Amino acid sequence: MKILAVDSSGLVASVAIVEDTNLIAEYTVNYKKTHSQTLLPMLDEIVKMTETDLNSIDAIAVAKGPGSFTGLRIGAATVKGLGFALNKPVIGVPTVEGLAMNMYDSSALICPIMDARRNQVYTGLYRFHDHKLDVVKDQIPIAVDELIDSLNLLGEEVVFLGDGVPVYESVIREKIQVKYSFAPAHMNKQRASALAVRAFDYWENGLYGSADDFVPEYLRMSQAERERAEKEAH
Amino acid sequence: MEKDIYILAIESSCDETAVAVMKNGREECSNIIYSQIELHKLYGGVVPEIASRKHIEKINCVIEEALKSAGKNLADIDAIAVTYGPGLVGALLVGVAEAKAIAYATGKPLVGVHHIEGHIAANYIENKDLEPPFMCLVVSGGHTHLVKVLDYDSFEILGRTRDDAAGEAFDKVARAIGLGYPGGPKIDKLSKEGNKLAIDFPRAKVDGNEFDFSFSGLKSAVLNYLNQCEMKNIEINRADVAASFQYAVIDVLTQHAIRAVKESGLTKLAIAGGVASNSSLRENIEEACKKEGMEFYHPSPIYCTDNAAMIGAAGYYNYLKGVRHDLDLNAVPNLKIGER
Repeated sequence: MKILAVDSSGLVASVAIVEDTNLIAEYTVNYKKTHSQTLLPMLDEIVKMTETDLNSIDAIAVAKGPGSFTGLRIGAATVKGLGFALNKPVIGVPTVEGLAMNMYDSSALICPIMDARRNQVYTGLYRFHDHKLDVVKDQIPIAVDELIDSLNLLGEEVVFLGDGVPVYESVIREKIQVKYSFAPAHMNKQRASALAVRAFDYWENGLYGSADDFVPEYLRMSQAERERAEKEAH
Repeated sequence: MEKDIYILAIESSCDETAVAVMKNGREECSNIIYSQIELHKLYGGVVPEIASRKHIEKINCVIEEALKSAGKNLADIDAIAVTYGPGLVGALLVGVAEAKAIAYATGKPLVGVHHIEGHIAANYIENKDLEPPFMCLVVSGGHTHLVKVLDYDSFEILGRTRDDAAGEAFDKVARAIGLGYPGGPKIDKLSKEGNKLAIDFPRAKVDGNEFDFSFSGLKSAVLNYLNQCEMKNIEINRADVAASFQYAVIDVLTQHAIRAVKESGLTKLAIAGGVASNSSLRENIEEACKKEGMEFYHPSPIYCTDNAAMIGAAGYYNYLKGVRHDLDLNAVPNLKIGER
C-alpha cells in the first residue's frame, strides 16, 4: 500500500510518499514562498528522485483542515486534480491529527496548536494508547486562554507543537499550571510523512472518498457569512 | 491533414466555475459553466472567500461534465489551459492548482491564459473569419479596456478606466435605484421602458489619454440626481434614470472605440466581456460601425460572460505559439495584458 501525502495547511509545505512501514521520500519546506509555487515542484522532485510511477500510488492523503483557507485549497485542488487524472481515492486527514502523529508514543497529552488569528488557535487533544493515536478532544478553533484553562483542569503533563507555539509560547508559559514541554524542530510542524501514517488508519477504517467529493474542512465560516449570521441573530 | 488539437480549459477567476473542451481553438466541443451568482446575491456582490470555497467544491464535477459532454476523455486532450490572472487570487488558485495537477499527472502541456485575452478570443469562436489585427473593447464588471489586438498573442492597450469599470458603475447605479445585483442586465431591461435623453448625465473627460475612461463621476452624478429629486420631493422615473445613465456609458464607450479604430487605421471592431451582452451597447456600436463602414464583431451572451470556451480559444493560440507554463505557475491577481 503506497500513499502519497500532501500538507499545505500552514506555513510549511510538505509532500511524502510512504509505502507500508517505509518512508520512501519526504520534502518539507518552511519558507515564505507560496505553496502554489512550491507544492507541485516539490512533489515532482521526490517522484523523479525515487523513480516513482504515479500510477503505482494507491491513495492520496491530504491535510483536510483546519488551516489557512487558501493553503487548504491549494492542497485540495492539487489532490483533486491528481486523484481525478490518476483515478485514485483521496484520504482527508484532520490537520491537527496529522500534527499529533509526530509525537508517536509520547506519554504526555499531545496538544498541537495552529495559529488561527483573532486570538484563537486550531487545536485538539490526543493521546497514544496501546501505540495507537486516540482523539481525546477533536480539533476545534478555540481561544488560547480557554485551552490553557482546560489543560489545567485535566492536570496531565502536556506537549505542545505546531506553528501556534511561537505565537503563544509566552502566554502558555505564564498561565499553564501542569508539566509541559515544547516539541523540538524535527517534529513540531506539519510533516506529510506523519500525515500519511495517520492516513493508513483512515484507510483501514474505510474512511476515504473520491477526489470529486473531497472538500476542505475549514472549521470556520467566511467572514461575510459570519457577519451575515450575526446580523440575522439580532 | 494536420492533427486536430483539443484543449481542456479551466476558468475560475471570479464567481463562475467553468470548464470547456475546444477543438482547434474555434470549435466548441463543450462549455460548462457553474454560476454561483445566486449565492453572492445575498451579499450584493461577489464574496471572494465564498467564491473560492464553491470553486473547490464544484471543480472536478464541472471538469468531468465538460469532458463527458464533449465525448472525450483526458487521453484525447492535447493541452490544459487555465486562467491565471487577473481576478480574485483565492478563486484563481483553485483553477491553477487543479490544472497544474492534471497536467502533471497526465504529462500534458500546461498553458496559462490571461482572462482578458480570453474575453477577446471569445470573438473567434463564432466569427470564423475574424483574425488580428482588430480593435477590441473589453467591458465587464472588473475591466474596461480598449485593446488593439496586433496578433493572437500580441496586444496594445490604448485606453483603460481610471476608476470604476463600466460593469461596476452599472452595479452601483442599479443598487441606488433599487434594482439589486447584478446590475447590468437589470438596467438594460428597465432602460427599454425609459427615455435615454430624459436626463443629461455628464460624459467624463479624462486628461492625458484621450482613450481612457472614467465612470465614477457619472456614478456620482446619478447619485446626486437621485438625492436632489428626493429633497425636492420630485418623483423619480427609474426607467428614465436607468436609460439615461446607460446611454451616458454607452455613448462614451462607442465614441472612444470608433475613434480608436479610425486612428489606428483598422477596419474591424470587436466587443467582449460581460457588459458586451448589453443590448443597447451592441446596437449603438453596430450602428456606429455601419455608419463608418467598419466591420463589427461580438460574441453571443454565453461567450460574453465568464466562460472557459474563451480560455480554450486563447489557450489554443498560445499553445501554437509555444507558450508552456511550469509546475510553479502561480495565480497573478493583477496580471497585465500581453504578459507572458
